[in-house]
Amino acid sequence: MRGPAFLAGHAGVLRTKVGAAYPGSHAVFRGHDLHRDLKDMDWFALCAFGITGRQIPPAHLRLFTSAWVCSSYPDARLWNNRVAALAGTTRSTPNLAISAAQAISEATIFGRGNEFRALDFFLKTRQVLDSGVSLADHLEGFLRGGGRMAGYGRPISSTDERMPLTMALARELGLADGPYLAMACEIDRYFESTGRPLRMNLSALLSAFAADFNWTPREFNMLLFTSFLAGMYPCYLEAVDKPPGALFPVPCTDVRYEGVAARDWPPG
Amino acid sequence: MSSSPLHTSIWLEEPEADNPFATRSAHCHGYDVYGQMLGQARWVDMLYLLFRSEAPTPAQSRMLEVLALALANPGPRDPMVHAAMCGGIGGSPAAASLMAALAVGAGQSGGARDVFLAMKGWDACQGKDATDWVEVLTRHSPPTWLAPEDAGWPAIEHPAGFDPHGVSTATVVLQTLEALAHLSTGPYLPWMARHRPNLERVAGLPLSMAGVAAAALADLGFNGAQGEMLHLLLRLPGSAAHALEQAQQGFRRFPYPPVDLQDDPRRAPSEVQEAQA
Repeated sequence: MRGPAFLAGHAGVLRTKVGAAYPGSHAVFRGHDLHRDLKDMDWFALCAFGITGRQIPPAHLRLFTSAWVCSSYPDARLWNNRVAALAGTTRSTPNLAISAAQAISEATIFGRGNEFRALDFFLKTRQVLDSGVSLADHLEGFLRGGGRMAGYGRPISSTDERMPLTMALARELGLADGPYLAMACEIDRYFESTGRPLRMNLSALLSAFAADFNWTPREFNMLLFTSFLAGMYPCYLEAVDKPPGALFPVPCTDVRYEGVAARDWPPG
Repeated sequence: MSSSPLHTSIWLEEPEADNPFATRSAHCHGYDVYGQMLGQARWVDMLYLLFRSEAPTPAQSRMLEVLALALANPGPRDPMVHAAMCGGIGGSPAAASLMAALAVGAGQSGGARDVFLAMKGWDACQGKDATDWVEVLTRHSPPTWLAPEDAGWPAIEHPAGFDPHGVSTATVVLQTLEALAHLSTGPYLPWMARHRPNLERVAGLPLSMAGVAAAALADLGFNGAQGEMLHLLLRLPGSAAHALEQAQQGFRRFPYPPVDLQDDPRRAPSEVQEAQA
């Protein structure tokens, strides 16, 4: 599967199983005629189908949609939203603004990198526990080895206001009894019992649901692409409606310099 | 003063007397950028200073300049430049073409992540005997538990800094290695130039441009994160130029290859089987 002969076999043609557009005729989306078979599909369901190739149960998507809604904060101080807003204040285009804001949302502290690792951790932890290791031993060994928990702890607040809303909906939809959710809660209880400042946040909760719904880290990572999107638009728009430069202007005195003193450039 | 100031060790700006938002002078790591560096320092000196917090020696400056030239244009066949051209051909904003180039050029097969991982290898060589370096630099086993920096990246498929489709070391890679190894004041490039055949034999793959860049950046004292950033940055000029060129060429002259769709619902099953045979 490598080498120039392999590459030559792929040159000058797109060989694909995911779809193609035939302008003026039809479009194929993962083996289905888009305008005939999928035209009535919900947009978010189509995204999920595009990612997984599976028809995702509506209840699963409703739960994720609710979490996306609960994570849509039009607060321009948030780092990803701030990028959209800064693009507004410099009069960049909306598309560049939102694309850049989306790009930095692949963050380890608050964003999609967190769920990727949390879901990966849950799937691998299940295998470890199935081999007979206790959860306490596993978690202590993980932390002792320098492991950093994804989805536990939160930089801004020790509680996550979105958790009870998501859990309530999960119960209503009959989705709150999955084994990974139980494991995620058990991990949370263990950290609480040991007095560590590592409490489960929405990232871990959603990743536990994703594990219970058989999503892989890559699939879930891709679905999460839209999770902060709705909150970004207003941040850009408000910034662009203010005078240029009026968002987060920084006077020289608001930059605290902590470097070396003035010195002469060495002669060349 | 704000209750939430910005902290930096890189940059000091003094305001004009009549406007706290206008710059009277700017110092980069202590050097007066507009008062002294302009006209004396070169672009690569500033790059080195920004990342390493010290002015480069003449040898380091020369080496970074040679590296910057070698990386400036990966050429229109490279996926990074191809992505930028997709922006140019369709009339996207300039920034969109560069953003496309950055996203594609970030990858761990020939891109900036490849450089980051290769530099992690050089980092792991520190303190080890040089006889162990080949083993360190050619391993590519995935981590059991993902570190924050691993999140989202696809599985690693080949040792970092090597060409997964190469047969022998490309001449341009050899020329770059030779030019930089002669200039290097660090240990890695000269070692790589001497031990390349054995390194490639153990890796089962020829060295790539990303591998040479990683060794050069490590010899210049950059860490992996800095090397990743610089690799993205230094490959942008060619992406930009090719994007602009394609915008002038027109989309009818831009490749749009035929598609071999293997699960077309409008094709009869026999046609599909025939196509797959």
